Amino acid sequence: MAVADSLPGEFDVIVLGTGLTESIIAAACSRVGKSVLHVDRQAYYGGNWASFTFSGLLAWIEENKEAFSKEEITEWMNDINEGEEIILLNSSDKSIMNVEVFNFASQDPVEDVKEEASLQKKDDLFLTVDLVEDLKEEGSSQRKDDLFLTVAVAESFESGIEKSPDTYVNEHPAETLEHNDVCTSSQKKNPELSIDEKRSVNVCKTSVAETRKTITYSQIIRESRRFNIDLVSKLLYSRGSLVDLLIKSNVSRYAEFKNVNRILTYQNGSVEQVPCSRADVFGSKQLTMVEKRMLMKFLSFCIEYEQHPEEYADFKERTFSDFLKTKNLTPNLANFILHSIAMVLDTDLTTEGLRATQHFLQSLGRYGNTPFLFPLYGLGEIPQCFCRMCAVFGGIYCLRHGIRCLVVDKETRRCKAIIDSCGKRISCGHFLVESSYLSDDHHQKVKYRLISRAVLITDRSLLKADSEQLISLVTVPPLKSGQPAVRIIELCSSSMTCMQGTYLVHLTCSSVETAKEDLSPVVSKLFSENMKAGEKGEVEAERPNVLWALYFNMPDFSSVERSSYDLPNNVYVCCGPDSGLGNDCSIQQAEHIFHQMFPDEEFCPPAPNPEDIVYDGDGTPPEESVFKEHGESEVGDGEERTLDTKYLVTSTTNEAEDAQESVKEIPTE
Amino acid sequence: MHGRIKLKTTEEQAEQKQKERLKKLHFYETTRSACFAKRKAGILDEEGLILSGQLLAANPDFATLWNFRREIFLHLKEEKNPEELQTLFEKELSFLETCLRVNPKSYGTWHHRGWVLDHSPHPDWKVELELCSKFLQFDERNFHCWDYRRLVVQRAEVSPQEELEFTHKLIGTNFSNYSSWHYRSTLLPLVYPDTECRVGRADEEALLTEYELVQNALFTDPNDQSAWFYYRWLLGRADREETVSCLYISREGQRLIVSFSHPVNVLLPRDELILFVDGLPLRVTWKSPHPQLKRSAIWICELPPNTINAACSEHNFKVHWRDGRIQRECILYKGRSESWCRDSATDQQLFRCDLSVEKTTVLQSELNSCTQLQELEPDNKWCALTIILLMRALDPLGYEKEMLQCFQTLKATDPMRTAYFDDLLSKFIIENSILKMEYAESRVVDLSKKNLTNLCHLDQMQLVTHMNLTSNRLKSLPIHLSMMQCLEVLEASDNEIESLEGLVQLPRLQEISLQNNRISKIGDLRPLASCPSLILLNLKGNPITEVPDFESELSELLPSLKDLIV
Repeated sequence: MAVADSLPGEFDVIVLGTGLTESIIAAACSRVGKSVLHVDRQAYYGGNWASFTFSGLLAWIEENKEAFSKEEITEWMNDINEGEEIILLNSSDKSIMNVEVFNFASQDPVEDVKEEASLQKKDDLFLTVDLVEDLKEEGSSQRKDDLFLTVAVAESFESGIEKSPDTYVNEHPAETLEHNDVCTSSQKKNPELSIDEKRSVNVCKTSVAETRKTITYSQIIRESRRFNIDLVSKLLYSRGSLVDLLIKSNVSRYAEFKNVNRILTYQNGSVEQVPCSRADVFGSKQLTMVEKRMLMKFLSFCIEYEQHPEEYADFKERTFSDFLKTKNLTPNLANFILHSIAMVLDTDLTTEGLRATQHFLQSLGRYGNTPFLFPLYGLGEIPQCFCRMCAVFGGIYCLRHGIRCLVVDKETRRCKAIIDSCGKRISCGHFLVESSYLSDDHHQKVKYRLISRAVLITDRSLLKADSEQLISLVTVPPLKSGQPAVRIIELCSSSMTCMQGTYLVHLTCSSVETAKEDLSPVVSKLFSENMKAGEKGEVEAERPNVLWALYFNMPDFSSVERSSYDLPNNVYVCCGPDSGLGNDCSIQQAEHIFHQMFPDEEFCPPAPNPEDIVYDGDGTPPEESVFKEHGESEVGDGEERTLDTKYLVTSTTNEAEDAQESVKEIPTE
Repeated sequence: MHGRIKLKTTEEQAEQKQKERLKKLHFYETTRSACFAKRKAGILDEEGLILSGQLLAANPDFATLWNFRREIFLHLKEEKNPEELQTLFEKELSFLETCLRVNPKSYGTWHHRGWVLDHSPHPDWKVELELCSKFLQFDERNFHCWDYRRLVVQRAEVSPQEELEFTHKLIGTNFSNYSSWHYRSTLLPLVYPDTECRVGRADEEALLTEYELVQNALFTDPNDQSAWFYYRWLLGRADREETVSCLYISREGQRLIVSFSHPVNVLLPRDELILFVDGLPLRVTWKSPHPQLKRSAIWICELPPNTINAACSEHNFKVHWRDGRIQRECILYKGRSESWCRDSATDQQLFRCDLSVEKTTVLQSELNSCTQLQELEPDNKWCALTIILLMRALDPLGYEKEMLQCFQTLKATDPMRTAYFDDLLSKFIIENSILKMEYAESRVVDLSKKNLTNLCHLDQMQLVTHMNLTSNRLKSLPIHLSMMQCLEVLEASDNEIESLEGLVQLPRLQEISLQNNRISKIGDLRPLASCPSLILLNLKGNPITEVPDFESELSELLPSLKDLIV
């Protein structure tokens, strides 16, 4: 981290938040020669896009139970001149809600004590200096009881800095209802329920140890660093805008990818493979010859549907599912297309469905038999790759560094400067902020949605195959009407996101209720939460066992219009992750904001070859000058996922080799 | 701020690039001359390997250098002990692998690899097989690699069964793969040999499972040709056995005609044809029906005078072919003007497919599914074409009407190939006409008003005396028509005939109707001069009738002609 005192007093662009959109814009600005200060209040990169080791995730969970702080406006007010006013920002993130954790893995108590202790230490490292320590009594007492078996602590995104802890707890349920009609159930912080769950967990714990030899909780803790658990679960469309951007900007050299191997769906009570590529259709045993033809025929039409407007002209105002009914497709096929290929809702219009199907199909075959790529070590790598790019071109990084307020010129209504968490005033031309940093005053005026998320660690795949090292996308159509369609991404250990012998399973949907309420029906249909093998039915015995589960809700600001925020026009707001599978929303926003800032500059032009780079100034290679500052940010945190100085130095000098590993275009036929 | 990155200008970049290129060129040239000098001087040492390796890594298609390397290896083979040699060969293999990574489609590299393994003291062919699989995974259509794989399979003695499974795997990932399908067609007969031991054909049961596999491909992507081609192979038939199919004797003409299943040249010693008359060999001169036919399905000999005695109660004629392994016999009884002994087209199931009668139900279901596919894909020409083939395999006469309809679809969907489809249709119609004639045991064939563009199977019509070709779209009477040695009357009016080159040496041809054709020169009629029996010729409506003095010239050319209709 750049030492706050030594920061220059002026930047072209200051970026607050290290999520995907912010990082892309920071890289794009730095690439075209703008001076960039990139700041995150957390000790890790990515914000809500971050990925964590297992113990890192536990620390994050703790943090989200207790995260709120009280802050005094102090001496830095002196820096505010006449004719200026301030806009306060949140100093901590309270956007994550309804965090619930369940542990089904057996535990060895002796080992656990040790692990817990060491973990505790790590936690402390994670907590930022700005955070006021643990004021919530309920939280701290639970922590003492059992760090890992905590249940159902709903967090409010409402509690502002001015509020005292007490009022927060009391006000919480009512306020949530008031301001967020989508998440009606965040008040379901029911102590009785919590106890029940806890008890059942305890019962499992004892029985499992005797009957089955499985992966224990202490093993998970021991192998914590094998996990890279993403807060956001997305994939890259092979021909999506993120892949295009990675290739165009040469940022792809910093990351490696694995092809998603299978598209599965849950239909008629079982998990089955969706035939989506030509090879799948050819090899499918479920489809009859005529079904094969009808499916291929429809998919071929979708690839170039714009050229046959007469085919769907009558259905433009009607739903895609109605349109599918006219296409002589059997109900099975129509379901495949609607839920697993187009991945749209029953209520989505025909053109939307056709566009989604086309996008899916265009991405097929570029890198493999499915349209999707997954970054090794998790999606959290991607924002970091862009940060790397930004740093290579001189961007300055400060983690664990907050920004308290913006200084706005009353006359011009432009943001002139910011005051950081150390009280230093830094001037800027443009200010970019991730929406969760905005204070509640701003959020009260906007309507946003929520994403329901679950993270499971399981012991086997949802659908057995020859290989155990498969990445699968599973689409689960709404189980009942009114329930959301759920998207599951099952990651194997070779994706470098979980320890051997386990699978990391991400569930995502747009929230209807709390994450637990939205997702647990799907979890109980597809997985087994009861580790007692003897009591299982035969069907259930084949299901994967859940070893550990986390549920939480995350806000989705993607539908919020910029105009609904009352902010100076050189302040740009990034929406954070949306609930979609692809990343197009973030990329489009990044490009849009960049062009608003610098209309005449190119967005992420290809990075030059290393041999074409000459160093300006005193002849010191930039790696040293830029990354020395980075080195300091590593002190508190030895995790692999943060920027590694050594890696950066080699990555700029040995770019030729790195390029070999980057995304390559495999010629398709 | 210090340490900002600046980029070199394009001039600087260009200059640097130019410098590097010159450096590379210089290096390449000096290394090349060094190699050539060494080779010329006969210095075959390991330095030569290093030098040529540097060049080949950049340019693997430098055949001379691969030769140089082979010379060095052959030389070192005598100098080094086996262990040293083995390491040397292993090093060569890893060098070749890097070359292949750079260019997986270099003839020189693959060939050299095969050579190295053949000369290596301990070749590991299994490793090579894996290498092939890897390369085919990256590019399943790399025919260099397929070639090499066949070599490896041979050397490593991989079972055809394993290879069959391998092709199955490749087809599973992408069935647009001619190489894999073709490989299957060579492997199937090995893995599942035909029960009747026909060369190149597979067991019926195996064929049936193949039908299912290929249908998956057809329904998934009916526009992919590779699967249709394989399907046609499946529906295809074994080559007919070579045989003498007919022996014909004409008492009056003092001639003997031998027909073969395939065109042959009996003048070659290998295919020598020996005639026995009444048990005694008779020296005769064989000739083909047309001077241009060097290989012909029909051979004719004039019998020496007095070979046939009218008083004799019977004469036995017999031919020995292929050293007597293939024979045919025919008896000419007293009072008969001609006699023959033959296998007819119906006897030989000439136009049927291979599947036995019990399996026609399978063919029928294949036809049903293709018809179903055609309903879904009315514009697919492969489907229409296959339906035609299936109908012909099942019942060529019964499906004649449907076949004509299918051809209409074909021509409409693929107008570029109209002429091909017309020729194909002509062939099928002639086949049907031959069948009808055979069933009727007649020697008259009526092919009028059939839209024929092409004549074929004429060797099957050698006994025909009357042929009606009126109202077709024929442009010529091809040389194969000369095989119709019994032809007496030919009606070919209302065509587009310009040339009569096939009407040569037809001893019994008496009447020809060529009304409304395109014969324009007296020279076009010249072949007719070799037909001694010709008495009637109708040339009404031909351009030639406009030529002045045409009639006098014609009577000079054909003095025996009695009736000329113009």
